[in-house]
Amino acid sequence: MKLSTNHLLGIKDLTPQDIRLILDTAQQFKEVLQRPVKKVPSLRDVTVVNLFFENSTRTRISFELAEKRLSADVLNFTSSASSVSKGETMLDTVNNILSMKVDMVVLRHSASGAPHFLAKHISAAIINAGDGINEHPTQALLDALSMEEALGGSLNGKKIAIIGDIMHSRVALSNIYLLTKLGAEVTVAGPPTLIPKYISEAFGVKVSYNIKETLQWCDIANVLRIQLERQNQPLFSSLREYNLAYGISRKLLESLGKKVVIMHPGPINRGVELDSDVADGHESIILQQVENGVAVRMAVLYLLANRES
Amino acid sequence: MKTIFTEPQINLTIQRLAHQVLENHPGLEDTVIIGMQPRGIYLSDKIVGELSRQILPGKLNYGKLDITFYRDDVRKQLHVPNKTDINFSIENKQVVLIDDVLYTGRTIRAALDALLDFGRPAKVELCVLIDRRFSRQLPIQPDYAGKVIDALITQKVIVQWKEKDPLTQVIITE
Repeated sequence: MKLSTNHLLGIKDLTPQDIRLILDTAQQFKEVLQRPVKKVPSLRDVTVVNLFFENSTRTRISFELAEKRLSADVLNFTSSASSVSKGETMLDTVNNILSMKVDMVVLRHSASGAPHFLAKHISAAIINAGDGINEHPTQALLDALSMEEALGGSLNGKKIAIIGDIMHSRVALSNIYLLTKLGAEVTVAGPPTLIPKYISEAFGVKVSYNIKETLQWCDIANVLRIQLERQNQPLFSSLREYNLAYGISRKLLESLGKKVVIMHPGPINRGVELDSDVADGHESIILQQVENGVAVRMAVLYLLANRES
Repeated sequence: MKTIFTEPQINLTIQRLAHQVLENHPGLEDTVIIGMQPRGIYLSDKIVGELSRQILPGKLNYGKLDITFYRDDVRKQLHVPNKTDINFSIENKQVVLIDDVLYTGRTIRAALDALLDFGRPAKVELCVLIDRRFSRQLPIQPDYAGKVIDALITQKVIVQWKEKDPLTQVIITE
């Protein structure tokens, strides 16, 4: 049994069997992370470079920790402190790094499709750690693992809402691909200006502009960050108005009369998409998501490091 | 395909192995039993079943170990991991490792590495149902062996259990 792909560019390319293999392997790595020695020698002979052309806290630390827990050698690259600021292209940068015998590349880039471009030109295994507004596959995988844990089993037939800035969110797209492949029912909700036209026809998801109705319907709400850095024109009047119409407050949750699990990929805009007492409340599994992130990334690295042909 | 060990013979041997373990570890004081995933646990389940008839229940520490992440051929061949379940410390304990077939010794080499991540055992012993002597690639020998056999490198020795296979038996295939 192995993955059907040599890179993890997006959930779009994965089969449901690939997703199952990654999530099952991640379960075993979760057990490793509970041991007195939280480290295994699997990738002793593998060198991984973390290429971050865009800022990140969680994803970069999570990948680095996953690599170290697998005993890989780790190189960290941040574009702001590199020759990229002197005008070197991404491909030149990567080829220079690879000529120093690096086996795997973890790439984050603000341009959608950057890892796909790289995959056409280099032979090392590439893991997409977020590309522009396209995909963020490891986030969707860790979200799925956290959802399965929260609901105690398969996501088939479960009702999942993705709420907020669907238009600019790579987490939303990866989540939609993954959840529909696992047989979940998906509703995207938010202001009309932040939900792409024809998304329902393209991906088979439901669309709602009413947060309360959506929460009433769903088992889990994955709430996304408003991505102000990717919006070059105002798409809603103010953050305060967004919070009033689409933010999730304690009062709103309590008016539902049912329990909805709250997720958020971070970083949270507190008081915008989530109020603090919701983000830190008992419905929230935000920190479990972060914990699962390391195990999921270990699974992806482990499964892609293998070069069986 | 040739059957070299039938179910009644295997059952007798399992009883013997359990008694030998108990002989060396009276009352299983400070002793833990660890079965090797995926195929060794059928044997370890049965040995633990025998042992728990001899000593007070609840005194027996029994865990399962998967060595996939410690293999020396991770990059050549992909192995899907199984569940590891060791919810006790093995620090200063006498560990009895149980697997079905001892062949090259590489699995046990990986298991010794893996065990160290759960603590520093006082002693590690190895118990196997089948010892394929003369085919070792590492200096590893069993402390308890059910049956010693001489098989060619080209032959496969497979232990089947009726929990998952049609019959409980040990076969040699070319």
